[in-house]
Amino acid sequence: MSIWEYANPVKFMRVSGAMLPWVVASAVLCTAGGIAWGVLTPEDYKQGATVKIVFLHVPAAMMAINIWVMMLAASLIWLIRRHHVSALAAKAAAPVGAVMTLIALVTGAIWGQPMWGTWWEWDPRLTSFLILFLFYAGYIALWSAIEDPDSAADLTGVLCLVGSVFALLSRYAVLFWNQGLHQGASLSVAPGERMSAVYRYPLYLSMLGFFLLFLALLLIRTRTEIRRRRLAALQAREMRA
Amino acid sequence: MMELGKYAGTVLSAYGVSALLLVALVWQSVAANARARRALERQERHG
Repeated sequence: MSIWEYANPVKFMRVSGAMLPWVVASAVLCTAGGIAWGVLTPEDYKQGATVKIVFLHVPAAMMAINIWVMMLAASLIWLIRRHHVSALAAKAAAPVGAVMTLIALVTGAIWGQPMWGTWWEWDPRLTSFLILFLFYAGYIALWSAIEDPDSAADLTGVLCLVGSVFALLSRYAVLFWNQGLHQGASLSVAPGERMSAVYRYPLYLSMLGFFLLFLALLLIRTRTEIRRRRLAALQAREMRA
Repeated sequence: MMELGKYAGTVLSAYGVSALLLVALVWQSVAANARARRALERQERHG
């Protein structure tokens, strides 16, 4: 069996319909479990209770970047192999990525105010995340602005390729430029920088929860797009008859 | 027992805004899917 069989909308609807209840249940369990566990962790000796924001901020930031990478892969599949489901999956993922980026920006600002003494700084990582958010907004707007779905998929695919530079920049900005307020990776394995296990395990669970939440929303939203496409095709056929 | 101390407002506002955004996203996704399903069913029945 080939992975390309799932590019068939009928097969995708059947398989995703069977998967969805399990993915939703796992997403709810892991997200709620990770966040509840995180909220109950003790205060950090430097950050106090604000350390609890990490259980939202890090998973959201991780997904903000990874969702763009998933959209890039789906867009490349569309541009190269012309599978409609992949173009619709990229379209379906964008609002989820935009919300994840917004959560990362907002929770970062709320945490930064007491810890850094400022809501915002034109720091490399913060700035590249803001640009990533603008790319998400532009991507969603471009899909809405173009009537022909194949042309929209082509142009948004190209935009996705360009935006990938900023998605990667968001991930590695702290390594490219050594200045800026934002600290290095939260899950660094470097000696002396490793996060305490008290915070690390609930963070892993929360990250898994956010990934599953994205997967659940991706399946739901892609199914919506497939239904809309089928509806449009039926209406067009009726108009011609 | 949850201890938030002097940062209670900071932590609760971060969780509040995130919960609001996530609930809105889930609500919009589920509602749009239900609307699309109903519209397609109607079209397939009468079309």
